[in-house]
Amino acid sequence: MDYENAEKILEVKHLKQYFNVGKADEVRAVDDISFDIYKGETFGLVGESGSGKTTTGRAIIHLYEPTSGEILFNGKNVDNFTSKDDQREFRQDMQMIFQDPYASLNPRMKVKDIVAEGIDINHLAKDDADRTKQVEDLLETVGLNKDHSSRYPHEFSGGQRQRIGIARALAVDPKFVIADEPISALDVSIQAQVVNLMKKLQREQGLTYLFIAHDLSMVKYISDRIGVMHYGRMLEIADSDEIYAHPLHDYTKSLLSAVPIPDPEFERTREEIAYDGSGENDGKERKLVEIAPRHWVRAADDEIDMYTQRAHEASLIHK
Amino acid sequence: MENEKNILEVRNLQVNFKTYAGDVKAIRNVSFDLRKGETLAIVGESGSGKSVTTRTIMGLNARNADITSGSILYKDQDLLKKSDKEMESIRGQDIAEIFQDPMTSLDPTMRIGKQIAEPLMVHKGMKKEKALAQALEMMKLVGITDAENRINDYPHQFSGGMRQRIVIAIALINYPEILIADEPTTALDVTIQAQILNLMKELQDKISTSIIFITHDLGVVAGMADRVAVMYAGKIVEYGTVDEIFYNPKHPYTWGLLSSMPTLDSSGDELPSIPGTPPDLLDPPAGDAFAARNAYALKIDTEQEPPFFKVSDTHYAATWLLHPDAPKVTPPEQIVERQKKYAAMQKDLVAKQRPSVPVEEQEEQQ
Repeated sequence: MDYENAEKILEVKHLKQYFNVGKADEVRAVDDISFDIYKGETFGLVGESGSGKTTTGRAIIHLYEPTSGEILFNGKNVDNFTSKDDQREFRQDMQMIFQDPYASLNPRMKVKDIVAEGIDINHLAKDDADRTKQVEDLLETVGLNKDHSSRYPHEFSGGQRQRIGIARALAVDPKFVIADEPISALDVSIQAQVVNLMKKLQREQGLTYLFIAHDLSMVKYISDRIGVMHYGRMLEIADSDEIYAHPLHDYTKSLLSAVPIPDPEFERTREEIAYDGSGENDGKERKLVEIAPRHWVRAADDEIDMYTQRAHEASLIHK
Repeated sequence: MENEKNILEVRNLQVNFKTYAGDVKAIRNVSFDLRKGETLAIVGESGSGKSVTTRTIMGLNARNADITSGSILYKDQDLLKKSDKEMESIRGQDIAEIFQDPMTSLDPTMRIGKQIAEPLMVHKGMKKEKALAQALEMMKLVGITDAENRINDYPHQFSGGMRQRIVIAIALINYPEILIADEPTTALDVTIQAQILNLMKELQDKISTSIIFITHDLGVVAGMADRVAVMYAGKIVEYGTVDEIFYNPKHPYTWGLLSSMPTLDSSGDELPSIPGTPPDLLDPPAGDAFAARNAYALKIDTEQEPPFFKVSDTHYAATWLLHPDAPKVTPPEQIVERQKKYAAMQKDLVAKQRPSVPVEEQEEQQ
């Protein structure tokens, strides 16, 4: 990716998403996070369950009203779409692929109607023949064939269903696709097929992806940049190769040290790094600081030197 | 392995499931041994028969299951010939299982102390107070913090990782000879997964249980297993020690599995993937079931089923590629890298062992 001339497609500014606000069980699922996504890149979002990564994805596509903060898509604030046209355009440009290929397809609809739902709502087909053709083209794009269009979801395997979900997302010609754990429900040999398909579509159609997952090796493989979330906060953002080779935040180090690697020799000598999260809640004010070029770490003012030192040791900065 | 004694011997197991559409041949002639104190990992995709294999061992198959042939020898007795009543006394005492989902495998209405103590009361007829005391010890052993105060809590009051610890405590309370772990960490986050796997290894050392570990995560297998069996379409297609399977795999399916998982160093535009989907076991194909998805398939693969070919004393693979008359093929790039690493490791091992061999021999004689 050429980030010098890259254009921002999405800007998230101080997004807060709280649930049960004001009650005893208030949950700060996403607590003041900011990040940008550039046109044509894949931004990976990783973190443990409960870290707020799915909530972030849902807030971006506006399934929730954010508690505070702004989400700008192509420079326009997602919350302030007043006209129906603006809203429809936004819904068309941003699509989502869901985690569970079994639960995300209506079992009583035929594949062609599932895929064409967006086409119908947005009036993208001239007539019935055009609609059928679009559906058949989409199925072909995702590696299914047109005979599949009159079948029902239960007649497909998990991997095929996920392809139907991808075809549905692509039907309205989106610019930005949020993929929330799109492969975690699939078998290893099928995961690679779906990831390859997503990469191919990105090359051909210039899509931008927000890829949410907990499988760290797959996220690294598909993403250009990665953000690490914990307790609803963004702790570190960097290029995927760099964040894996030289994590600066202790949490990222701990998370990476726990990833099992299919190499027995490596596993025998692996040492896990424990992480104590209590330091995050010591009341100090922290924000994302650019420690090395395009490598951001959430730090308090008095921690910046420590992270800069770490970046020096990893030769990320040359001064 | 110091002790090569087999604790479990599965021979020629065949299991069909009767359905309206016909018989699903879920297990098609599976044989393997489990040695005392070892961890045997069974890997494969969903539908390959790994869970049916262990459920057959436990006697927990659904009613439409039909075991058409085979034997499962445990302590010289065939588990398949046991009555339901006899199996009840074996389950949870000699052979215990940890299930995949810690959210659903606990009783939500029973206090966890009682759930952990229950196997003691059922199998050993222990009094409640004594059983609860032992349950408390077990809770401490599996690392449940503040065990004294939490023994009367309900499952919903625990996190996923803690619940899986409770499930492990229940499975281990009778110090079973065999522990079956069916995807025990799949529902957990990586950091919690690492804790649970370490715990399992630690406990295995303490109570010398043999473990059958079922998973599709090859990373977990690399860290846990002594030996690995790879299953495909109801058959074991390759088995060997963990090093043999990861560094010197012979079956094209194992090649495909290993290369389709990105490691933290892989990059590039295309991830090697296995094309297609597994065969329908209602009507398994003739010959090698993997042939249709196999870029290395030979003509004979579609006609005749490959037997096991011996690679080493511990390593066997069922592929015609190992037949002396088969053409030589070059495995995928990633596998060649692994083989190089293996060759280097073997060399190191030989170099290291030579001076120390006499010492080891002396120790063994003593």
